Amino acid sequence: MKFAVIRFPGSNCDQDCFSAINSIDGAQADYVWHKETSLRGYDAIVLPGGFAYGDYLRCGAIARFSPIMKAVIADARAGKLVLGTCNGFQVLCEAGLLPGALVRNRGLRFVCDMVTMRVEVADSPFTHGCAQGSLLRMPVAHGEGCYFADPETLRQLNEDRQVILRYANDRGEIVPDANPNGSIENIAGIVNRERNVFGLMPHPDRAADARLGSADGLKIFRSMMETIASGRAAAA
Amino acid sequence: MPDTIVDLTVTPELVAEHGLTPEEYERIKKILGREPNFTELGIFSVMWSEHCSYKNSRKELKKFPTTGPNILVRAGEENAGVVDIGDGWAIAFKIESHNHPSAIEPFQGAATGVGGIIRDIFTMGARPEFCLNSLRFGPITGDSPNLKTNRRLFAGVVSGIAHYGNCIGIPTVGGEIYFDESFEGNPLVNVFCLGVLRHDQLARGAARGVGNPVFYVGAETGRDGLAGAAFASRELTEESKEDRPAVQVGDPFKEKLLLEACLELLQRDAVAGIQDMGAAGLTCSTCETASRGGTGIEIDLAKVPKREPGMTPYEIMLSESQERMLIIAKRGQEDVVREIFEKWDVPCAEIGRVTDDGIMRVRNNGSIAAEIPAKPLADEAPLYSREVRKPTTENTEGAELLKKISVSSVSSVVNSLRQTLGDPTIASKNWVYRQYDHTVRTGTLVRPGSDAAVFEVKYANKILAATTDCNSLYCALDPREGGKIAVAEAARNLTCSGAKPLAVTDNLNFGNPYKPENFWQLREAVEGVAEACRAFGTPVTGGNVSLYNESPAGVVDPTPTVGMVGLIDKVEHVTTQWFKDEGDAIILVGEIGNELGGSRYLKVCHGKKIGPVPHVDLAREIEVQNATRELIRAGVIKSAHDCSEGGLAVALAESCFNPQKLFGAEVDLAAGETPAATVLFGEAQSRIVISIARDNLEKTMSILREHKVPFQQLGQVGGDTLRIRVNDQKFSWPIVDLHDDWWNAIARAVEGDASAERIPSL
Repeated sequence: MKFAVIRFPGSNCDQDCFSAINSIDGAQADYVWHKETSLRGYDAIVLPGGFAYGDYLRCGAIARFSPIMKAVIADARAGKLVLGTCNGFQVLCEAGLLPGALVRNRGLRFVCDMVTMRVEVADSPFTHGCAQGSLLRMPVAHGEGCYFADPETLRQLNEDRQVILRYANDRGEIVPDANPNGSIENIAGIVNRERNVFGLMPHPDRAADARLGSADGLKIFRSMMETIASGRAAAA
Repeated sequence: MPDTIVDLTVTPELVAEHGLTPEEYERIKKILGREPNFTELGIFSVMWSEHCSYKNSRKELKKFPTTGPNILVRAGEENAGVVDIGDGWAIAFKIESHNHPSAIEPFQGAATGVGGIIRDIFTMGARPEFCLNSLRFGPITGDSPNLKTNRRLFAGVVSGIAHYGNCIGIPTVGGEIYFDESFEGNPLVNVFCLGVLRHDQLARGAARGVGNPVFYVGAETGRDGLAGAAFASRELTEESKEDRPAVQVGDPFKEKLLLEACLELLQRDAVAGIQDMGAAGLTCSTCETASRGGTGIEIDLAKVPKREPGMTPYEIMLSESQERMLIIAKRGQEDVVREIFEKWDVPCAEIGRVTDDGIMRVRNNGSIAAEIPAKPLADEAPLYSREVRKPTTENTEGAELLKKISVSSVSSVVNSLRQTLGDPTIASKNWVYRQYDHTVRTGTLVRPGSDAAVFEVKYANKILAATTDCNSLYCALDPREGGKIAVAEAARNLTCSGAKPLAVTDNLNFGNPYKPENFWQLREAVEGVAEACRAFGTPVTGGNVSLYNESPAGVVDPTPTVGMVGLIDKVEHVTTQWFKDEGDAIILVGEIGNELGGSRYLKVCHGKKIGPVPHVDLAREIEVQNATRELIRAGVIKSAHDCSEGGLAVALAESCFNPQKLFGAEVDLAAGETPAATVLFGEAQSRIVISIARDNLEKTMSILREHKVPFQQLGQVGGDTLRIRVNDQKFSWPIVDLHDDWWNAIARAVEGDASAERIPSL
């Protein structure tokens, strides 16, 4: 099963995504340079974390214009699975593939820490390896990860069960103390209405080895593989 | 003879303003066989500055041991030392200071410091894997009139380091921070970077192969970083009238592209030599590569990518614009260079070639701007032995005073531990390292907060431990002993993490070398560091010297920062400082001792910086560490924590602060006549607090006996209180209170008690 890991200039979690995916039996990751124009042959697309184009403008605001993004958008519209972590989530929002926006953290500082999230929707293509309400632990590392959406969008997200993960404490309660960045309603990760594009601020790529504190991130990649294997996502 | 049309006339005043002595000027004339022009004067002044030539410190630096079976590139040979780690893999690492820029502009000063040290590492062909830092600021708590400035410098430096390191995607995994009045107005910002390479990937900073093309790659050259040196050139053109900031501005995004492009190019067998443009920019990189290659080099400034028009040769040659490299390509491979830099959208220009005449020749649109023999310029700066004088203001109060303080302080011991744990120098640095991305590159096996950072390099199948250490207070009181202890403590931190120390990089931060007392401190500290490095078998592979660290208030406490790297054989040997299980036995490896001088406790609780500092017996130290390492290898140790600032009481409390779960402990310190405050807070060396399962008690004791090291069973892990009995006095503290004092001290100092941001403790 082939994953395309997009490399924007300034991506810096590309190598982490690459090695996390390649550590899974049956999965193969390739780097795809942002100047490429086609993603033919890939079963899934990963937009990694980092600081694409330095993120001196709004995060992801320039990356969305990279040549490869036309192919990402076209494949996403055709139903291929697309995962954006951290900066990748920001790019997906800027590209209009996911609703809402990511703004400066509450507290205005970069936050690097381990967070806990509750699985709100366990039947998504990205989380069906997780039990409903179960907890996942993954690192966060971002300065602009505070998810925001207007009330109407938020209502839609909740109504359509698009909020996949929320920051929670270790008892699974959705409380302000568990929220590392001030995200509205503790939102950590969402899917689009068609449920094939998933963005989250925490790093599944950095939670792929229990010795580093957690292997929960593998559940996300494995869920994607099962989805693809069962033919529920659009064919490559 | 170079064209001098655009140059100012070189006068004795101009020479003096460039920081060159009349004798040095005579030497320049002898090398050139004539008077230098203005550009050449500028070139000599930067190459013969302390920063580039180490003219005042080089004779001292020669005292460091620099050889060893693992050393692949020795100190001073290249941009960074390179050490073999086995199986065809090697590491390149170095520490460097950015003190002065950070004092003026903390954010950019610190950021460009990080950028500079990372370039030094990938110049060697190594992929940078992680960074550490060692920082010193004025106090951020208490009643200093400069509190606000100190906090601004501290917060600014931390966010500058975060900005650069986070964006470029190299984790900052550890380090140390001290606060002391002596650093008011002159903070110390020392940054360390380590990279990994295969032996055959080693790149050299030499201009080899006559006729090979010279490429300039990276950011365009601007007028930034000219600082005071540019004063005289501003009148030359209309366009140069505008003021420019003196401190360089870093662009981590550009450096990320430069890093990836350079590493990709180095895979292609197209490079004969490569050198970064750091201090003294184009000047230093051209003459040093020629000098190392035994060749000459010729460049044309008209071809150098520039940020603005109207720059003079003087400005271009002396600019310290960031994110630039000089590449000597193999002839015929020019297109490979261009193709890779075009892929990464990094500016790239062929600006000259390697010649055979040993001359660094700088052309500018057909005329010659400078023509200097490369080797004398790069390597033949005058070397000085400065006058030394032992300071006469020695502390003579001695042992009696210490005993008096200690005895009279029994009633305040309970409060003193809370006060010491809440001292920003000892307190948790979570407020800092939460701002650093310390998990990118997925190798961080031990995150910031334990004795040393532990990082796994998966592709090389190696586990590295690294630490930076120096107790500046000891060094102020006794620089020789302080230097020894800096090395001993660094090694102890590595040992506690399960590593065998391998090699050292050092950063000497001292005052004006022309003041004999300052130079005495430098010499003493260097000799102390050298002696300890020899004892541990850890050669110095390079580093940096920063002199003139003084503010109007005085000179900084001397700080020979030691960065040390070690190897851990197996992942099972990775050890952290925190207690793991209730009921485990706590053992002190080493002796309780009776040395209160130089302690953090005296400083924090009694406002005194007085000695004598603890004495380190290096033979004992090595045995304690060998024994601890053997216990780790034998699989009996659950936690090991170095006993340093704050003494046994702080070491025990910190061992209780497991990030997963707080533990209490019950401890009995039998110490004869020694007063409680000395037992609890004295900083005797060669001590490690370990915890083990009770079942392993016999095995542990027999290994310790075999090594003939003293040890003492202290008590056991358990409960929610830290209870310490010293002789017949009992003290106890609820562990949550101690943890709160320690965990939140810095956030409270910087953001106030009403700090709105949640900083989760567990």
